[in-house]
Amino acid sequence: MLFGRVRGTAVCTLKYPGTEGLKLLIVQPLNKKLEPVGALQVAADVVQAGIGDLCVMVRSREAALAMPDVKFVPIDLALVGIVDELAVVAEDKFDLTMQPGWNHFT
Amino acid sequence: MILGKVVGTVVTTISHRDYKNRRLLVVQPLVLPGDSPGEDFIALDNTQAGIGDTVLVNREGNGARQALKNPDACVISVIVGIVDSVYLEEAPR
Repeated sequence: MLFGRVRGTAVCTLKYPGTEGLKLLIVQPLNKKLEPVGALQVAADVVQAGIGDLCVMVRSREAALAMPDVKFVPIDLALVGIVDELAVVAEDKFDLTMQPGWNHFT
Repeated sequence: MILGKVVGTVVTTISHRDYKNRRLLVVQPLVLPGDSPGEDFIALDNTQAGIGDTVLVNREGNGARQALKNPDACVISVIVGIVDSVYLEEAPR
């Protein structure tokens, strides 16, 4: 699961059966620092997000499972939450490497 | 499954029903010394983990659905354990 910022909407008149009525949004995938990662993508919306909203997205088969009714649809990116608050610690606060030998974390 | 460190918390008031009653956390994968840092991601917490905890994360949908006991959950990454210690053998030369 990853962050995304809604950048626009997509409208399709001809859609695959089962995807009628789904709202399609243009999103920019982001990392934890909210920096863009990769190109813009199209996501199906089930939480009524709007342009500019920071969202949680889910990829692959699970995106189709997020759909309200028909779950066997060709959807591979879905918005599943609207972020109200995000708290991320500073980059150098934790050591993210595993050294040879014993690593005790608690 | 991968090992990662919890580096952030996410609050969503509007979210899919499969995400209710559990916390979303930002996880950064652990790497070996000298390796470039892995890409961070969001995971649903099933263990009461918090910031700074080293966690075991299932990053596959079927395992996630089993861990959440919901056969239709639209979740991929689930925190399924809090790691106490890890032993690594010296890398062969």
